[in-house]
Formats: sequence, structure tokens, C-alpha cells
Amino acid sequence: MPKITYIEHTGKEHVVEAETGVSVMEAAVKNMIPGIDADCGGACACATCHVYVDAAWADKVGKPEAMEESMLDFAYEPKENSRLSCQITVRAELDGLVVRLPEFQG
Amino acid sequence: MARRARAPLYRIDRQGAVGQRSALMTERAIIIGAGQAAAQAAQSMRQAGFDGDIVMLGEERELPYQRPPLSKAYLQGELDAQRLYLRPAAFYEQQRVDIRLGVRATAVDAAARTVTTDAGETLSYDKLLLATGAPPRRLNCDGADLEGVYYLRSIADSDALRPVLSANGRIVIVGAGYIGLEVAASARKAGLDVTILEMADRVLARVAGRDISEFYEKLHRDHGVDLRLDAALDHFEGAGAVRAAVLKSGEKIACSAVLVGVGAAPATMLAETADLRLANGVWTDDHAQTSDPAIWAAGDCASHPSPIYERRLRLESVPNAIEQAKVAGVNMAGGNAVYDAVPWFWSDQYDVKLQTVGVSEGADETVVRGDPDAKKFSVWYFQRGRLLAVDAVNDPAAFAISKRHIAGKTEIDRARLADPDTDLKSFIS
Repeated sequence: MPKITYIEHTGKEHVVEAETGVSVMEAAVKNMIPGIDADCGGACACATCHVYVDAAWADKVGKPEAMEESMLDFAYEPKENSRLSCQITVRAELDGLVVRLPEFQG
Repeated sequence: MARRARAPLYRIDRQGAVGQRSALMTERAIIIGAGQAAAQAAQSMRQAGFDGDIVMLGEERELPYQRPPLSKAYLQGELDAQRLYLRPAAFYEQQRVDIRLGVRATAVDAAARTVTTDAGETLSYDKLLLATGAPPRRLNCDGADLEGVYYLRSIADSDALRPVLSANGRIVIVGAGYIGLEVAASARKAGLDVTILEMADRVLARVAGRDISEFYEKLHRDHGVDLRLDAALDHFEGAGAVRAAVLKSGEKIACSAVLVGVGAAPATMLAETADLRLANGVWTDDHAQTSDPAIWAAGDCASHPSPIYERRLRLESVPNAIEQAKVAGVNMAGGNAVYDAVPWFWSDQYDVKLQTVGVSEGADETVVRGDPDAKKFSVWYFQRGRLLAVDAVNDPAAFAISKRHIAGKTEIDRARLADPDTDLKSFIS
């Protein structure tokens, strides 16, 4: 199973093994990673599963679609590498993915 | 499950009498219900430092799960049940939440501070949360008990309905609210013929303005839904299983199944046994506390005073369940949180995402931005010049910007808003 590293705002790292096919948000929730609220459960409706994708993974993860991009504009401290983790599907080539969490969600 | 790993702290004797709890005993909170609000409250209590026992009583034999996908991805078979659960079982163990599933609370004695269950147990509490939800309103017309007449609230309901979607035939959907419309979209996606019967002269009549109603009417008709407005159901026909819906006009619509989505009623039975104050659901103050200082309520079952709308609201939505349960959880842990969150909601139908901020009831003026035909627009509802609510169709920017304005009760220049050349982002202060 692909490994994903979530780095909290404090710098604390969590490495989890994620099933392929689920979202990076779901893998975080299932592994009880603090800092991802995911209020809407993955409907791309709330922007509370915001992450910063590590630069080395930006190309493999890809860019957000228009709806997600628009939601991200209004997330807490959006950056160039911001994504909603509910919109990133875990797949084999994302083994080793590193995402950082913002200080706040929503 | 946490329950198996831990012995109960005190037991009821064989006669069913309740053992007296001494002052030395650990404080105990009971949460009745195991839905979105229940799960959030347990988590928030722990985050706020509550160190006593937390017992959660759930009628369904499921860990707390998300309901929104039950009319969409889960119903369509695109999401398995494991992905509905809000938290893994390990979370509740880690948080020391003793979840007891398949247990129905039958009464609350507020004076004795006890909860009675259908298993014959009587459990004492120091603090109680009612998170009992709002089950669907049921029809009682002739034929309402026929096989093939479905309601949608639980995983079991969605599981029962799913085979209908993969069979041939026609489903009659009674009620053009969110549940009805979302199931209609799922059913059309599966290739089923769909007739919607709505008593009002438009869809979503209770929750949205005419611009939104018209948009969704066209959207569903464009997807092949036979949408009947001003259509009153009289009864169902069938021998054992439903075979037709008969309208008051006498028209008969042959069908293989019926989905009833005519709203939900707050579950107040337990609040009544405890003699709690009711007001369109369980009455709560702005601290999510009921008329009994040891009892809180959150989610679909509870009404609360809204500082934004200056009246009492009862909301049936995930964000309300989460935010109100956070307040209840913090206050049950001894905190002093106030519930003043801006209501919001979303609905996915076909390729259209609706995001709603606020409550539009009482609006006397609307401003529409964008183009409904392009499936990207927003409707801004005002009352005496004040922004009440916004319905944003495939328009997250309108959603996010209006949310800030409604939260801050800030003024919006309606003329500038109505001007299509105005960049919405200029409204961010």
C-alpha cells in the first residue's frame, strides 16, 4: 500500500499506509491524523481538508479542477501548492507522497 | 469496540434497581444517538478535557456514519459502507467512548438523571446529550404500507433502495425536496424512469427561491424526469407490492417502487419523557443546553436561537450537526461555547453542486448573478436590504464570499452586486 506522510503545522509527522482508491483525506481520517476536519465528508463543498502538496510531488498529484480551485481561493492561507485532500485519489505512483497541513481549516 | 474491552463502571442489580453513584465515582456523560452530532460531541468533549466516562447509545448497528452519500454515491454503489464511517472503531477506543449499538433509549428521567433502554437497563448520567436526529415523515394514505414504498434516512434504507435502481421500471418520488431530487438524479443515472410528485407549484419550495426552483425543474426535466408540480398523491395501489401511485386528480402512474421524501420530524420522544421544553424540536439555548441544565441537545432534533436571524431555527444539515455538537461537547466538558455559526448546506445532483449559505426564508428581494443556462450562477436573498442567504450553483466563490458577509452581517451594495461587470472578489473586505 502506498505510504503517505502528513506533516502537521507543528512539524509533527505521521506516516500512514493508504489503500489505493480512497482519497488522501479519507486515509488521514481513517488513521486519525489531526488537522484534517473534512466536514462535508469529501464532497468538495467545505474546504476543511486543505493540504499543501510537497513540491517534489506537485506534478504527480496534479492541479485542482475549477471547482476545487475556486474553493481553495477561500481556504485558510491558500498557496500555489494547495489542494483539497478529498480530491486526491491514492494510487500506486503516489507512494511516498508528502503533504503538509495548514494551521487551521475552514 | 470499546465496550468489549472495558467493564462497565457500575452495574444494575438483578431487580433492575439503579445503584447509587457516590461522589467518588467518575463523572458519566451519555450521548443518545450515534450520528454526525453524536460523534462530533464525543470528540469535542475529549478535546475540551472531559475525562469522565462517555457512553454513546445508537439504535442502528452502525458506527457513526455520513448520511449525505446515502442518496448519492453510496446509493449508486460507488462507495462502499466502510467509506461512510466518520471515524474508525479505533478512534472511539482511543477516545474512550463506550459505543453501544443496537440499543434504543426508551425514556429519560431528568429528576433521577437516568436513561432507560430497550435492553431493560437503567443508566445514570451526570450529563446527557440528545442527538436523536429527525426521522422521515411517513405517509399514512392507503397503500402506504405496501412493499416497495421506501424512505431514506439510514444505511439500511439506502441498501434496500439500491436494487430498485438497477432494475427496470419506474420509481415514483413523492416530494421534491433535497432527498427526492437527489434520489431522482441517482435513479436517472442508473437508467430508471422517474416521476416526481410535488404538491407545491415548484420544487424546493420550502428552502429556496423561485430562481433556484426553476433551475432545478429544468435540470431534472432535461435529464428525462417526469416532474409533476401541483400534484397531490391520493393513494398507492398494489397487491402486496406497490404497482401504481394514484393522484387526487384520478390519474394513475404505474411504478415498481416509491421513494417518499416529504420532510423529517425531530425525534422528541425522549425529551418529552424528560419533560424538556420543546419548540419545533428540542428547545436549546445558545449554549446547546436544554431547559434541564444537565441535558444538552444537538443536530436535527434541536432548535436553537440564531443570533444572525434573531429567531429560533431548527436545521437539518451536516454542518449544523457538527457545529452545534462542538458547542454542546465543549459545554458538557465545563466550557462556555456559544452556537453562532452561519448555517450552510450543499446538494449534489447530476453535474451540479449547490452550496447554500444562510436561510432565505423571509427574503423580499433577490439578486441573481451569473447565468442559469450556463449552470453557474448565484442567487442572493435580501430582507430589508440585509443579506439573508445565498444559493450558489457551481459557484464556490459566491458561496465563500457570502458566507463571510452573512457571518459579519456586513452591508452589500445591491446595485454593484447586480452589475455583471462587478468582480465578486471586490466584495471581500
